[in-house]
Amino acid sequence: MLRGLGNPRFLRAVLPAISLAVILGAIFAVNPRTMSPIGLNLLLQLAVPVALATIAQMFILAVNDLDLSIGGYVGLVACIGATFLNTDPLLGVVLLGACIAAYAVMGALIHWRNLPSIVVTLGMLFVWQGIAILVLPTPGGAAPGWITAIMGFKPPLVPFPIVAAVVIAVVVHFALMRSSYGVILRGAGGNPRAVARAGWSLLKTKLAMYALAGLFGVLSGLSLIGLTTSAQANIAMPYTLLSIAGAILGGSEFVGGRVSPVGAVIGALTLTLATRALTFFHVPPDWQIGAQGGILIVVLALRALINRREVA
Amino acid sequence: MTGKKTLVAAVAVTLALGAGTALADTAAKKIALSNNYAGNSWRQAMLKSWDKVTKKAVADGIVAEASAFTTAENQATEQAAQIQNMILQGYDAIVLNAASPTALNGAVKQACDAGIVVVSFDGVVTEPCAWRIAVDFKKMGAIQLDYLAKRMPKGGNVLEIRGLAGVFVDDEIHAGIEAGVKKNAQFKIVGSVHGDWAQEVAQKAVAGILPSLPQVDAVVTQGGDGYGAAQAFKAAGRPIPLIIMGNRQDELTWWKEQKDANGYETMSVSIAPGVGTLAFWVAQQILDGVDVPKDMIVPFLQIDQGNLEANLATTEAGGVANVEYSLDDAKKAIASTK
Repeated sequence: MLRGLGNPRFLRAVLPAISLAVILGAIFAVNPRTMSPIGLNLLLQLAVPVALATIAQMFILAVNDLDLSIGGYVGLVACIGATFLNTDPLLGVVLLGACIAAYAVMGALIHWRNLPSIVVTLGMLFVWQGIAILVLPTPGGAAPGWITAIMGFKPPLVPFPIVAAVVIAVVVHFALMRSSYGVILRGAGGNPRAVARAGWSLLKTKLAMYALAGLFGVLSGLSLIGLTTSAQANIAMPYTLLSIAGAILGGSEFVGGRVSPVGAVIGALTLTLATRALTFFHVPPDWQIGAQGGILIVVLALRALINRREVA
Repeated sequence: MTGKKTLVAAVAVTLALGAGTALADTAAKKIALSNNYAGNSWRQAMLKSWDKVTKKAVADGIVAEASAFTTAENQATEQAAQIQNMILQGYDAIVLNAASPTALNGAVKQACDAGIVVVSFDGVVTEPCAWRIAVDFKKMGAIQLDYLAKRMPKGGNVLEIRGLAGVFVDDEIHAGIEAGVKKNAQFKIVGSVHGDWAQEVAQKAVAGILPSLPQVDAVVTQGGDGYGAAQAFKAAGRPIPLIIMGNRQDELTWWKEQKDANGYETMSVSIAPGVGTLAFWVAQQILDGVDVPKDMIVPFLQIDQGNLEANLATTEAGGVANVEYSLDDAKKAIASTK
């Protein structure tokens, strides 16, 4: 019967979009005030840094690794952004460049020594956090004016967070899913041996993917301080779990190089909105984390159902 | 649809009440509490006080609604999202105990721009458009030394129990105590340990340092550590010094026992969790058009030998001595800051 509804591949691709539509519809129904440009702006603003962190996580997932350090890393970027980048822009840019390079080295290390990524990134989580506390021991600092200006930009008609989400999704989609080197990068996760036999360096692909993750982590941290106007070392700690859940919700798999940039952005939006919806429904906070997990399980269960169709 | 229903219900209640009594201008206003943490006895008492005082205010028709929201994970980003939700839900004022003094400034500014009154207390925010009801932690440290100077004019050896290392509050109280020692030079800090504001931790830490200390005449504390310190002295078989208490029920009970048995004399100081209700009334007054200064300082709740029994009687087991504010108290507090 399900087969009649359409091709499983198509169903799988639209599932994240359907979950987002359902949650957005529920929020609109409960609070019609949200159905305005200002409302959508308030609702989706904080989803932009989450979406960028989710894309970073997705690059790591694409090469069969898992990044447990992204939350600490985004926090470090936020701290550098609110201090050095503001007072000494050149030094700030150099430091952020060094962060990206460190991420690439982390990828290389995992490849060379054949280390489990979970162990390496879990260790690095504390390294990022420690450096962040050294950079900014007490909450504070100030985001550079140009970042707050970008994040506070109000385009006519469409709210900025929606524009940002579409741009992120489209750019990454074309770079990773449509370009020829994108195919190699994903292939390194899907079938590393075949990619290596074809003469491509697996080390280079890991370096590239981890560097890309580092770059999007930087974008995430900067967009975050653009919204909060200041930083704090542990400001992005929840991003580790949010980014993994968002990417998986959006159709990525833990293994096999199967990822979806558009899905990842939608997954991040869905997760952010899910928490917001729960407050609008007056769900007590103690239940909210559980309810978030519940939403994740429902969507994944639906996907498992579709996957079974796909195999059959 | 529940939002609509509550609104209708709120309007109905307002109309029903409006028929009989004269109402403040704030009868249709909605106030929300944005709270970042609920995991200790102080915060629990704060939420309970809020619930009690605001329920009555709503029933009396002073405000239309005063809901409390606590974030699940004590994260600044989570609380920023919570504040944005409150803007969308159409609250007229947000009373805020913030997870971060600065990281919520973006969301607070958005609320101010939407015409919402933001009153922060305890965990205050630096955004200039918000009101701040702050605690003078430095003074809380300094007055302990002033009390000691009164009791022991000749001075003596002091053991300091600090709070959680690296937390702003601990640094502030410690700075106050240092300033107090400078002012009253007859006192000498002979040892310092971290008690993390928890009796068991304080007891262990004090027991660890005691053997290396000369005679200790007094112990200065930060609250939640006095009882543990007393136990450590007792276990070591040393004479119990003058220990400043921190308004916790176990500390007050112990003090009362000692007072009855041997006339033990001390004082106890901390912040009343009911300060949240002061913030509520301040928000209500601002909505009512009263001109309130942006920065207010909360008075401490100090318990002395004379009013110990009275305070102990109203403090529940495992709780903290508390004061809830009435509208008149808040008006007085505002008038005294001006």
